[in-house]
Amino acid sequence: MIPSRIMYHALRFTTYVLFGIVFLFLFSPAAAQESGRAVTDDEVNAIAKELYCPICESTPLDVCPTQACKDWREVIRTKLAEGQTEAEIKAYFELQYGARALAEPPQSGFSLSAWIMPIVLVIAVLFGFIYYMRSIRTPQSPQASGVDESGTLVQDPQIQPEPDQDDYVARIERELRDI
Amino acid sequence: MFKGWNVGLIIFTYILVILGTLNVRSGLVSSVHSFAQSNIGWFFLGFLGFMILFSLYWIVVRYDQLRSKNQIDSFLSREAAFMLNNVLFLLIAAVTLFFTYLPVMSELVTGQRMTVGASFFEKFNGPLFAALLVLMGIAPLTMWYRTSIRWLRRMTFGPLVAATLAVVILFILDVRNWLALLGFWIVTFSLILTIFEFIRPGYKRVRNKGESPFKAVSGFITQNRRRYGGYIIHLGVLVMAFGIISTELYQQETQIRLTRGNSVPLGEFSMVFNGVERYPGPDDLEITEASVDVFKDGEFVRTLNPRTELYTRTQQPMTIPGVRSTFTEDFYVIMINWEGTSADAATFRIYVNPLINWVWAGAFIFLAGTLVAAWPDPAEDKIVAAERSRRRIAISGATGD
Repeated sequence: MIPSRIMYHALRFTTYVLFGIVFLFLFSPAAAQESGRAVTDDEVNAIAKELYCPICESTPLDVCPTQACKDWREVIRTKLAEGQTEAEIKAYFELQYGARALAEPPQSGFSLSAWIMPIVLVIAVLFGFIYYMRSIRTPQSPQASGVDESGTLVQDPQIQPEPDQDDYVARIERELRDI
Repeated sequence: MFKGWNVGLIIFTYILVILGTLNVRSGLVSSVHSFAQSNIGWFFLGFLGFMILFSLYWIVVRYDQLRSKNQIDSFLSREAAFMLNNVLFLLIAAVTLFFTYLPVMSELVTGQRMTVGASFFEKFNGPLFAALLVLMGIAPLTMWYRTSIRWLRRMTFGPLVAATLAVVILFILDVRNWLALLGFWIVTFSLILTIFEFIRPGYKRVRNKGESPFKAVSGFITQNRRRYGGYIIHLGVLVMAFGIISTELYQQETQIRLTRGNSVPLGEFSMVFNGVERYPGPDDLEITEASVDVFKDGEFVRTLNPRTELYTRTQQPMTIPGVRSTFTEDFYVIMINWEGTSADAATFRIYVNPLINWVWAGAFIFLAGTLVAAWPDPAEDKIVAAERSRRRIAISGATGD
């Protein structure tokens, strides 16, 4: 004879396990597949947009009209129905067709240069620009002044009339006088 | 001070044009123009090399004439603003060039061609274009040689407040994309500054000379075509920027299979599929044309006819979209697939592109600005002629002729 207390705990445990199994089943990818979840074209395109046709270069998968791309879009649909995430699907395409299937180069190996080089370039050029500007900057000359091109003298105490320095400035001054 | 820069940029631009043609004609970089791929690529390569050498030769020969007194008084000056403007344009060109050739470089290094998608170009060039737009607004305020911070602060305070207010209003109107808000803030700020460049002298002329506003504006534009042509170009770019930001960040799209009589909603719009008709076109064309009714906020707008045209001899298909275009948005529908009369169903891809026509409007303003700037100026011609004559006399005097 099993004591009722043990029976009660056994029943409670069984109920929890059953609920757990049902919960896992309901929310598992397999359940999504078997539940026949209809994947919309928009869901497929949202991922296809981030992938590129491995055959027709520079053509995103969502707009590529070839039969191969239609098939690949169906692969995305199937995988979404199986419950795979966007990252998993992209990883699958990368594994199958290489990094060229991705719209953005991966952040590893040679592809890392795509991420680093532009930043290095921008920083280097801006530093170069500042260095160059500092090198051509004249000492604080007393005649340094601002000239409003419109011919309107700006009432700022720092602004003085500027004598001609070269042909170009002379021409600007001449045009200003003619306005 | 920009003589060398100007010549250098003109040469660089021309060489890039040749390089671009070489890319697509040789098949080096794949593009939508690759259909024109041919052996002419070698000719372009030779021509490119020749142009580089030819340009370098003339730069060396004319170096003394191109060299100018490269000196600036302050970082806050128009010279510095021009220089930064050039640097930003060159950076955008360099980044674009780097990404264009990256697939080729990766193939050389790793043996596998990588893809650099459009979104990747936008990711890196977007901030550079944003900086360019800010500079576009501020640069006209700077003065030759030196500009005081106090002056800049005074001139930008009002536009800064107005742009911030505009963004707050957009936020209240449920615009919550921070990238869009930042973009609209920059564009509004620069737009107000640029418009002030017209209002300020116009107001002075109206007040001092008693001219009508139209006469005042046309008067100072005529007097300084190049400068105001440039500002009109700025206006065009800013209008284009409004369109690009809106379309990039607020484009709506959907793809759906519809059977006859079914409808699909998209934003404020909905579309009902009426059916498909197939008929022969001119020559060897076979046309499959769908009929769809477009509704906005529940009210009928118009019927569109997206279609596919098949050249039966070459089996070359063409997709012709149905477009309803207004100044505020485009409703754009493509028929992707028709399943035949038995199924009476078709698959459509639909886009709503907000403010896309602003890009066109901006381009026309840009063109108008270019015309204003480049239009021959008799007064300037006289100055140039006088200058030439002065130099001729000086040279003949020096040589004793």
